[in-house]
Amino acid sequence: MHELAICQSLIDQVEDIALERNAQSVSLIIIAIGPLSGVEAPLLKNAYPLACIGTVAENSELVIELLPIRVKCMQCGSESEVLPNKLICKKCGDWRTELVSGDEMMLMSVELEKEKTEL
Amino acid sequence: MCDTCGCNITPGNEGLIKAGGKLHKTESGKEAVTVLRSLLHENDHAASHNRNHFDQHNVLAINLMSSPGAGKTALLEATIQQLDNSLKIAVIEGDLETENDAERIRKLGVKAIQIATGSACHLDAHMVHEALHHFDLSEFDVVFIENVGNLVCPASFDLGQHLNVTLLSVPEGDDKPAKYPVMFRASDLVVLSKSDLLPILDDFKPERAKGYLRDIASTAPVMQLSSKDKSGMLKWISWINQQIEIRQRALQQHPVTGHHHHTHEEVHI
Repeated sequence: MHELAICQSLIDQVEDIALERNAQSVSLIIIAIGPLSGVEAPLLKNAYPLACIGTVAENSELVIELLPIRVKCMQCGSESEVLPNKLICKKCGDWRTELVSGDEMMLMSVELEKEKTEL
Repeated sequence: MCDTCGCNITPGNEGLIKAGGKLHKTESGKEAVTVLRSLLHENDHAASHNRNHFDQHNVLAINLMSSPGAGKTALLEATIQQLDNSLKIAVIEGDLETENDAERIRKLGVKAIQIATGSACHLDAHMVHEALHHFDLSEFDVVFIENVGNLVCPASFDLGQHLNVTLLSVPEGDDKPAKYPVMFRASDLVVLSKSDLLPILDDFKPERAKGYLRDIASTAPVMQLSSKDKSGMLKWISWINQQIEIRQRALQQHPVTGHHHHTHEEVHI
């Protein structure tokens, strides 16, 4: 269960961003995860509220975009969407493929709540 | 991947960023900040610091991973004996509660630093950095990092190693690469350990294990060895020596930048 550690690292980054930009709080965090990152989205969802307690991200929403696994065949050049333990080319069956996407674990964006300036 | 030039926009996530994508809108009173940075940004930063540190001292760092009981410590013991001081090695041990593994290594006259991870399921780059404070790296050729026995969590954390070696022991079954693709995909070498048990546990087929590895597009070589009867040990030792040569050639072509040029004593007292 390394998802709590990953969540804490995520919140640390978000806190830095909020501080840099003088935000009061964080309302939304969007991350993208591919199955080959080794991070499980449901576990991350469970760990998230715990990691947020007492931080600027408390009560914020976490949106997880799940990315597909895509490989490019180095023999025939075609791209296929594949399963985590079957990274072979769907067209010609060759195993020499390159990962195009699917191992991401990335903080995409944060939405900050800023103090409203009175006119 | 870096965080500045946009190279971490992959075909998988570009749809989120483009105009009209979920990350593009902003609401009044709020500010949306596009970040595009690894969730483990801090760990990755510490890992590259460690790697730089290894490179400056011309040390090859090998991260040993496997499930608990696959024979990581036994392989290190056999390696130390086989090397017979032909290479100077040190070991960083990740263990949950005990110093047992480090004690086994120290008995053979080799420097071992124990990282007691408590209940943590993996080592991270900061823990390794901390352990490096106890070494004078200039005394060593190779540092082995024995990760926590676990085929899941350690795969996600870069420690600053140059190479990942994953052990798959014969009693575990030959389909582990299909069950733990993230771990095995990250491996530069897969060692089929406890190969002396192959005649007894004959449902383990090395060819089938290789097949599962090819299914995850792994080009890693597969090596059978037994720390007990020592078969395959010479091949393993020559692989290590070969990797040291490859590393040194790479360092000659691309010398380490002075960016982190300091000793730990100078900076971290």
